[in-house]
Amino acid sequence: MGAQLRVYKRRIRSVTATKKITKAMEMIAASRVVKAMRKVSASTPYAQELTRAVTAVAGGSDAKHPLTTEAENPTRAAVLLLTSDRGLAGAFNANAIKAAEQLTARLESEGKQVDTYIVGRRGVSHYTFRERKIADSWTGFTDEPSYADAKTVAAPLIEAIQKDTAAGGVDELHIVYTEFVSMMTQTAVDSRLLPLRLEEIEGRTGKKDEVLPLYEFEPSAEDVLDALLPRYVESRIYNALLQSAASKHAATRRAMKSATDNASELIETLTRLANQARQAEITQEISEIVGGASALADATAGSD
Amino acid sequence: MAAELHVALVAADREVWSGEATLVVARTTSGDIGIMPGHQPLLGVLESGPVTIRTSEGGTVVAAVHGGFISFADNKLSLLAEVAELADEIDVKRIERELERAKAEGDVIAQRRAEVRLRAAQAS
Repeated sequence: MGAQLRVYKRRIRSVTATKKITKAMEMIAASRVVKAMRKVSASTPYAQELTRAVTAVAGGSDAKHPLTTEAENPTRAAVLLLTSDRGLAGAFNANAIKAAEQLTARLESEGKQVDTYIVGRRGVSHYTFRERKIADSWTGFTDEPSYADAKTVAAPLIEAIQKDTAAGGVDELHIVYTEFVSMMTQTAVDSRLLPLRLEEIEGRTGKKDEVLPLYEFEPSAEDVLDALLPRYVESRIYNALLQSAASKHAATRRAMKSATDNASELIETLTRLANQARQAEITQEISEIVGGASALADATAGSD
Repeated sequence: MAAELHVALVAADREVWSGEATLVVARTTSGDIGIMPGHQPLLGVLESGPVTIRTSEGGTVVAAVHGGFISFADNKLSLLAEVAELADEIDVKRIERELERAKAEGDVIAQRRAEVRLRAAQAS
């Protein structure tokens, strides 16, 4: 076998092996997207009811609460960035990080100091590599986040927002995550969790004209709000974690699909080249034989 | 036909139970509260404790609820809990083991949770 042909054969073999791997990863990601989507929809009733309750209390009572009133002069903000632990997901993490950086720049231009909280190894390594300060970070659960994980993430954030700004607390809480729009579309979005924006909540539930009943509060509006808001933050973070996970799997699926397609194309091109090389080799051999034979014929004819 | 109210018991990650009921008894931070159809709109904070739902078919559903909220309006009652389990789902033996372990380790929260679960399981 010719040297050229051998090289092509070897490359085809290695690309085929890669293709098998990416194909498997694509299939795994596809099944995980479905699972993650199911989790998102399972958590929806709780989030909806909670949002309703929050709207009812915040809108239906005169209760003043640090978590619903805007600070007169906000000086510090916390940004929670959700990335994934693993890569191989196309631009998934890059987009989320970019959105977080844009948000940070905007907040800083408004004169606010920004504390960054990060979920996911990718985000953490991006920030540590650039030697940027991370207030707190969590890793290891981004593929399948549970409610307990959301609670661990939410705890220091709620604590920070309840503290006075002078004592190291924050005035605002923002979250950057990748919204799962569909299998093909996932967009990195940022939204402000606290202080609450009632219009935004109403917009999201899609029931603007609904008149909420006058609730009786047990034990009191303040106590209910006190208990409700941390749960609300947790539930929003949980929802964001789930969406982020679903988006990550969808992005992985897409990235692996295009990798598989590329591998197929490469195999086809290489096969063509290998065929060409083999044909060239055969042609050369034939012409060598023919040439040798005629030279031999000439030689015998000459000796006669 | 007796008046009914629609109950939805939802935990953070799933809907635990939903259906029609005639009476719901839950424990708020200021005491037990019973809700029947036509109650005035209410929003309360739940203690961890058993929730009893009397269904319109005459049966009783008991669930262990750990922290959360009760909200009632327009004859719709929502029980929101971070963790909620129906009494039928509770494995008594496992909870007893958990209770012993919590007692041994002095974990007050875990102990309380286990006690609530046991009570709910026994009530049904």
